[in-house]
Amino acid sequence: MATVTNTIRRPATAAWLSVLAALSFLLVALSVVLIFLYAPRDVAQGEVQRLFYLHLPTAWLSYLSFFIIFVSSILYLVRRHARWDRLARSAAELGFIFTTLVLLTGSIWGRPIWGTWWTWDARLTTTLVLWFIYLGYFLLRAYVADPERGARYAAVLGIVGFVDIPIIHMSVRWWRTLHPQPIVVRSEGPAMPPEMLVTVIVTLVAFCILHVFLLAVKYRIETTRDEVIELRGALEQHG
Amino acid sequence: MTTQIDRNDATRLGHDPVLTARALTKRYGWRTVLNRIDLTVHAGECLAILGPNGAGKTTLLRLLVGLVRPTAGSIEWFGRPAGDFGPAVRAQLGVVMHRIMLDPELTVAENLRYYARLYGVIDAAERIRALGEELGLTDRLGDRVRSLSRGFQQRVALARALLHRPRVLLLDEPDTGLDIASRIRLVDLVERFCADGGTVLMTTHAPELAIQLAQRAIYLERGRIVWSARGRDELDLYLRIQPRLVTV
Amino acid sequence: MSAWSQFTAIVKRDLLLEWRARELVLGMLVMTLLTLLVFNFAFDLSGVQRAASGSGALWVAIVFATLLGWGRAVALDRQEGAWEGLLLSPVERPVIFIAKLVSMLVFVTIVELVALLVLAVLFALPVLQPGVLAVVGLGTLGLCTLGTLFAAMTANVRSREVLLPALLFPLAVPVVIGAVRATTLELNGFTGDAAPWQNLLGGFAALFFALGALTFGSVTEE
Repeated sequence: MATVTNTIRRPATAAWLSVLAALSFLLVALSVVLIFLYAPRDVAQGEVQRLFYLHLPTAWLSYLSFFIIFVSSILYLVRRHARWDRLARSAAELGFIFTTLVLLTGSIWGRPIWGTWWTWDARLTTTLVLWFIYLGYFLLRAYVADPERGARYAAVLGIVGFVDIPIIHMSVRWWRTLHPQPIVVRSEGPAMPPEMLVTVIVTLVAFCILHVFLLAVKYRIETTRDEVIELRGALEQHG
Repeated sequence: MTTQIDRNDATRLGHDPVLTARALTKRYGWRTVLNRIDLTVHAGECLAILGPNGAGKTTLLRLLVGLVRPTAGSIEWFGRPAGDFGPAVRAQLGVVMHRIMLDPELTVAENLRYYARLYGVIDAAERIRALGEELGLTDRLGDRVRSLSRGFQQRVALARALLHRPRVLLLDEPDTGLDIASRIRLVDLVERFCADGGTVLMTTHAPELAIQLAQRAIYLERGRIVWSARGRDELDLYLRIQPRLVTV
Repeated sequence: MSAWSQFTAIVKRDLLLEWRARELVLGMLVMTLLTLLVFNFAFDLSGVQRAASGSGALWVAIVFATLLGWGRAVALDRQEGAWEGLLLSPVERPVIFIAKLVSMLVFVTIVELVALLVLAVLFALPVLQPGVLAVVGLGTLGLCTLGTLFAAMTANVRSREVLLPALLFPLAVPVVIGAVRATTLELNGFTGDAAPWQNLLGGFAALFFALGALTFGSVTEE
């Protein structure tokens, strides 16, 4: 019967990682500058609108992380190599943090505009459900005693969850549009002044690079963690 | 210091091995339950797997029948490539484990008919009747399994395992909790199964059972094969010196 | 040994066992009726808005009942190792998935029919019409495909009672939204408006049926 491969090769040299670190630091710093000094003050919403520049990329990344989980999960179930599970674990942790950020920034941004901390608008609701799916993912891994089983189950959840997300989004949106809304959420229209557009794009790129960097770091940590377990196991075996 | 006197070789009998396990390892996290087990079993052999509690005997069996996936190593049944553990392999294995794998609320006959359908046994009714006779179950066919004694339940489990005429019988401590009569039937049955060319793998605590039935034995301790013996005399000898073997 | 005869063998066994013990259906039934009762006190199930609240009550009752049912079903299966006996047999894993799904559907349908009768009689809701029945069928199918997969997954995990709902609820959001909406619309006579929701439910069930059958094998190894 085929087995799980867990050959650990030394992670690639840290050189490119340092480059990535520097790059993300610079870009994020640049975005901060742009957000506060370059982008114009929004006429209708005021200063709080600047949260949007954070809100958009974190939203993208929370979904992108789940996509990474989806792909790694399939690869893990097919190939059974531990590296895919490590990638899934790392992406899950990042994704969960980003999803929490989306909800927080969305809530804080919305408060002065909508008058409430929360509204059951389609996108926020879907993100909330996504947050719960992430939570379930961690609970599942935590409660399953055997790590190999946990990896397998989490992979199935990753696949089912990701496929479900567009359906969740669709159902929530229909739920909302067929239900009269007392407050209309103002979406960022296409007619955005160029300064805003530039800020959005730069921030998005900055956060994407940051995401890759954090993912890489987390992946290395997980690799080391697995290595420790391997070593301990080997010690027990030959002891 | 462990001694690994391994006499598993393919020179015996000249048939292709029925089972080849190589470097079979099972780890749960960092805890190693089975440690690079190598095992070859040929058709018609009766192999006893001995060892103290927690040695990994049951885990080994569960790995061999495909209930658990190994951490490392390979298992090859009937010369099929390692990793191919589909219905074709499962159809040739008969398994009796500690749990009887029967529904207590159904009758003996209902349980057996169910498994007959799962295994695609064509002459189910006749087979059930014949096995019932062989195992002394004829009077109890209509009784719910719940109402039977452990000994009888084990007999039904054996019937279940033999229903589909498997090539290999795997038994996990089949003698636990058995009364004398059932034990005798068990021994009879295993002997006849071997005589008919079937292969038997049996884990047991009871050395007497091993001596009675097995032509070969391996002794597991903490996930490793500590020694293996061929033939009754050798087995008897090893069993007697076992307590004096110092294993770290 | 054809897949069909294996499938029927498993379903027959599940039904026979339930007929003997009658634990599952009764448990789910009690749960459902109590939920409806509590809902009647919490919301007005006989007032003007009763289509919406009745529909909501029905689906909450169904969700909780199926959760309970799944928990009991997998526990019962694993007594005495009968589940392992099944896994050891040469039945393909997707066949086991479908068989377990069908058995559960039978049980849940029985419970739902009683629930619908209760809603029709006690709360004068026009539930016994084809539109509503179709929605109930599709919604239940969707819930049960997910339930079969995740119940098997969490069967031997600690805190299963907490973990199964934690996994199932977020994933089942489209079913709950769709089923409640569609049932309300059907009860109020807007069959046309209910159609897109029915398509959603149907698509959901089909999609996760396929996914469930494919991944069931990965979930049943130990």
